[in-house]
Amino acid sequence: MNAVTTTSAGRMAALARAELTLLGRSRSALVGAVFVPLVLPFSVRSAAERMNLEDIGLTVGLVVLPASIGFALLFAVYATLIGVFVGQREQLVLKRLRTGEPRDAEILAGAALPAVVLGLAQCLLLAGACGAVLDVPAPRAVHLVAAGLVAGLVLCVLLAAVTAGFTRTTESAQVTSLPLLLVSMVGSGLLVPPELLPNRLAAVCELLPLTPVITLVRGGWTGDLSTVDALRAVAVALAWLGLGVFAVRRWFRWEPRR
Amino acid sequence: MDTSDHVMEVTDLRRVYEGGFEAVRGVTFHVDRGEIFALLGTNGAGKTSTVELLEGLAPPSGGRVRVLGHDPYTERAAVRPRTGVMLQEGGLPSELTVGETARMWAGCVSGARPVREALALVGLERRTDVRVKQLSGGERRRLDLALALLGRPEVLFLDEPTTGLDAEGRQETWELVRALRDGGTTVLLTTHYLEEAEALADRVAILHEGRIAAAGTPDEVTAAQPSRISLELPAGLALGDLPPLAELGVTGHETDGRVVRLRTRTLQRTATELLLWARRAGVELRGLDVRSASLEEAFLGIARDVSAPRAQEPKEEKQREEYAA
Repeated sequence: MNAVTTTSAGRMAALARAELTLLGRSRSALVGAVFVPLVLPFSVRSAAERMNLEDIGLTVGLVVLPASIGFALLFAVYATLIGVFVGQREQLVLKRLRTGEPRDAEILAGAALPAVVLGLAQCLLLAGACGAVLDVPAPRAVHLVAAGLVAGLVLCVLLAAVTAGFTRTTESAQVTSLPLLLVSMVGSGLLVPPELLPNRLAAVCELLPLTPVITLVRGGWTGDLSTVDALRAVAVALAWLGLGVFAVRRWFRWEPRR
Repeated sequence: MDTSDHVMEVTDLRRVYEGGFEAVRGVTFHVDRGEIFALLGTNGAGKTSTVELLEGLAPPSGGRVRVLGHDPYTERAAVRPRTGVMLQEGGLPSELTVGETARMWAGCVSGARPVREALALVGLERRTDVRVKQLSGGERRRLDLALALLGRPEVLFLDEPTTGLDAEGRQETWELVRALRDGGTTVLLTTHYLEEAEALADRVAILHEGRIAAAGTPDEVTAAQPSRISLELPAGLALGDLPPLAELGVTGHETDGRVVRLRTRTLQRTATELLLWARRAGVELRGLDVRSASLEEAFLGIARDVSAPRAQEPKEEKQREEYAA
């Protein structure tokens, strides 16, 4: 038998390295993944400055920061990865990879890794910038922030894979990504803090996929998220993660539709 | 379990697609170690559908698949490190260079050869820094082959490996595949170039509409077919002016205007008698073509014979063409 057997980590590293090279060569992917998440927080900042935030105990910084993290997750991870998955599928790269040693989950994870790392780096960079520019203090409950970030990153990968299943070309990804982008921006507390939404609407918005992520990140920073609310957010996030895994298994396509 | 020397074994294999189309309808064959086995068939005959099941890309709808003694779908970890696959098309990211593509693949292959060595096998070592999208169709096929060979596989699947290659590239690929076979590699090949199967394969199976219509060594499959002689009737002569066909050893004939086609299993005798008759009669046989049976004749004969009674199923024909696209 062969002396050198590949490992799961080794295979994913090889796939991730290739994907990173590809990402660096696609101008449109770079603009969406790098530029957009770094620009959008400025628009939130000017909007937040006109909101009545003192009544709900927030500052401009505590609105912009979770929003920035939400944008990084949505644009650097979710929207970017739809294009990655669809592009690889249409070029039959996924099918080719499936004939080899990598397992299905490794193929997806390897392809997703560069965007995930990029998204995480942006989250950290934006958080640092918010601290410096908007006087946001260090997070009071780091574990909640970490839980929110991990859940958000994994969920965005899963949702991108699910969306890719319904997306025929890399061009149409710009359309198929819109529903989640819009719903999250409006309903998950990116553009407007949920406290400023009507009560009944806020209750529904709590169940959106990115809401628990933003809730945990913001609550971790302010430190005034109650244990019950934190657990509820974790439960919603876990439910979405489970649903995401199920949906990927059910609807992800490894080959182009003929 | 007796797998002895059967490196691949399929038994009553079936594959039904989501829409209900049955692409593989009960196929049984085996491939021995160190053998080149070719699956032949027209587009839509079920070649790729069958090979994909052996590659472990999908579970069969019915029947049994074994590769190296394992189920390639459920026991993939045991099988994949020992197989190499070249798909019918694509699978290479167009924006990566040849070297980057090979490095990516090598990272996913146990006991991979050095990338340079794999590329040198297919003559691409000087194209390492070229993007895949800038390669010619033939070069892409060769890169694909290099990836399939990276892990020094015991079992090699080649789905139409020489499509898009020029005559020289095809010869080189054939040489390489023969050398691999001589080194003990077992090869499952699909092709629609019959001369490729004739040149390479130790055994062939001709698939037609999801079933095996003929199988054996190329000689055995060919031997079942008659040889052919065709000629133009000399001016002023009719078919009846030839010597009695039965006496010539002719087993069947067709006419097409002035052209006569004769089938025979005793080619030398029939041809000799015919030529002697022509000399005696003092006529020149224009367009004379004497041809011993070939795999191509066998293939066309099978496609004709088997499809004739099925011509009344237009719906199925249509579906088949969709899959062929």
